[in-house]
Amino acid sequence: MGFSERETLVVDANAPGAIVSALNRAGFEVIGPTVESGSVVYGPISTGENLPRGFTDTQEPGHYRLNPHADGSYFGYVVGPHSWKRYLHPPAVRLFAARREGKGFALEAQPQEAPPRAFFGVRPCELAAIARQDRIFLGGAQPDPTYRTNREGAFLVAVQCGRAGGTCFCASMGTGPRAAAGFDLALTELSDGGRHEFVVEIGSPRGRDILAKVPHRLATEDDLNAAAAVTARAQAGMGRSLEAEGLPKALLAGLESPRWETTAARCLSCANCTMVCPTCFCTTVEDTTDLTGDHAERWRRWDSCFTLDFSYIHGGAVRRTTASRYRQWLTHKFATWFEQFGESGCVGCGRCITWCPAGIDVTEEARAFRTGSAPKERT
Amino acid sequence: MKIGSHRTRRGADATRKPTLAVFKLASCDGCQLAILDCEDELLALSGAVEVANFAEASRAIQKGPYDISLVEGSVTTPHDAERIHEIRRQSRTLITIGACATAGGIQALRNFTDVAELARAVYASPDYLSTLSKSTPIVEHVFVDYQLRGCPIDKRQLLEVLTAFLHGRKPAVSTASVCLECKRRGTPCVMVAHGTPCLGPVTQAGCGAICPAYDRGCYACFGPAETANTASVATLWGAMGAAAPDLVRAFRTFNAAAEPFRRESELHERTPG
Repeated sequence: MGFSERETLVVDANAPGAIVSALNRAGFEVIGPTVESGSVVYGPISTGENLPRGFTDTQEPGHYRLNPHADGSYFGYVVGPHSWKRYLHPPAVRLFAARREGKGFALEAQPQEAPPRAFFGVRPCELAAIARQDRIFLGGAQPDPTYRTNREGAFLVAVQCGRAGGTCFCASMGTGPRAAAGFDLALTELSDGGRHEFVVEIGSPRGRDILAKVPHRLATEDDLNAAAAVTARAQAGMGRSLEAEGLPKALLAGLESPRWETTAARCLSCANCTMVCPTCFCTTVEDTTDLTGDHAERWRRWDSCFTLDFSYIHGGAVRRTTASRYRQWLTHKFATWFEQFGESGCVGCGRCITWCPAGIDVTEEARAFRTGSAPKERT
Repeated sequence: MKIGSHRTRRGADATRKPTLAVFKLASCDGCQLAILDCEDELLALSGAVEVANFAEASRAIQKGPYDISLVEGSVTTPHDAERIHEIRRQSRTLITIGACATAGGIQALRNFTDVAELARAVYASPDYLSTLSKSTPIVEHVFVDYQLRGCPIDKRQLLEVLTAFLHGRKPAVSTASVCLECKRRGTPCVMVAHGTPCLGPVTQAGCGAICPAYDRGCYACFGPAETANTASVATLWGAMGAAAPDLVRAFRTFNAAAEPFRRESELHERTPG
């Protein structure tokens, strides 16, 4: 092994497949981008052939299309409808089971097991989102056992972005398009002028061990410059921007703004924004029994602040109007998240903009409150 | 909604199982079939309840009253309108199942037109018919303990509701949108990714988001979701090329008479062109 952890390497165009194979051989189940139903989603991949090579995406508010891309690049698209929370914080988890025993009952703890998983193709904004969820689920006195189990062994292969999508605004949120840390390996795809190689940054000893099994050479100054130019291009091509400075204050000063009603007229209250958001973490808990009544289970499922049940307390739901629910979401994401977790709840991935069927754009909403075009009070 | 446990309420006669009856009014029988479709759970179900009156399954019919009655179908005739009161009297708990029973069903299309005219067009001797001008959900006639949506109902939800009533707990049945089920399932949005008109955002979950999983838009079989913004969805459909008559048809299917859908379809009926 002729390189250290700190070094940067270059691998050829076959490397994505070789890395997937090396991870498989090391016992990891590899989850990575694949094409399903016209979108790039995250699912199990066993070879480099499963990767969506030669695709790019068009993303606008409420609009996503995946198109063939002639240059044969592996990572010509940006993030799709899935995020890694699907694997770290799954949509449905059984928390425990119980069975009747005499006049009482016995609890059966849910075994906390997860296959060692490698996440292949994690974008910088997604690394930031994982870090946000780490704080939520692992940061307190009571770490979430499911999240911890899924997170602890996860091997992260990051991909530095060479292109920004139409709804991307990571540059505004300081989360991309280049990640400095938080990965085991990070690839930058160089596919200009007939060249097709990857610059690989090593982020951990196990990252080094995996890459040692893939043909490589040490990166030159030119390679590093080329990699920097790739992310600079993405930085310059951000589809959207959001001025985060002063936003919490502006939002909280506008809690009675009629702007909430204006947006609510379009808002479907369908919860899609919260489902695709890589940091949204809310869940509901359901208790079920079987017909005999001798067995019970408690399940945790993804929930959303856009459902009526979410704010149900004795006597009824607190947030009955769509305006109040939209306000809750936006102010939590961009303002009160700071009070709760000391940072923004938004990483600028743009999913909530693209996957809102009505195309409601959080950067536009934020701008309205910052610039004062959203009146503070109802008139 | 008051939910009592049939297991705990039956008092001294601790060996008697709660009795179950299944009735139908104007309907296609599809929701009753969901009970028989429970296959793997049928034995457990017959262990938990005594099926006392279920004409579709057995000729052995016991007299009421019954602990739990499931009623499918809507009220479309004067006879139905009387019969549902008798069913209510015979039922400790009455649960309506399916779009007909909970919203009037596809036959509520008659609510938007003149029934006498339809009868003349279809029947040689319309005088033999005794029918009402509107198809109405059961809840407009009698008190209903629980309404289970769907065209047809989902058998997992049916088992969940029956189990919940048998054990005196709240059924875990969400009234939120199909979008939640789509996203939990991991299906990419057909509206956003394909430009396919879909009623998922205004439709109640429960089916498991089947149609979008097969690249089709949602047909709203489970009726309006809580706080359904039908106006916004209609605008999106318009942007995808749907004209006013398309919107009228989309909102007028199995749950045509459900209030948010009825209102939206009538709006577009009045739209010129």
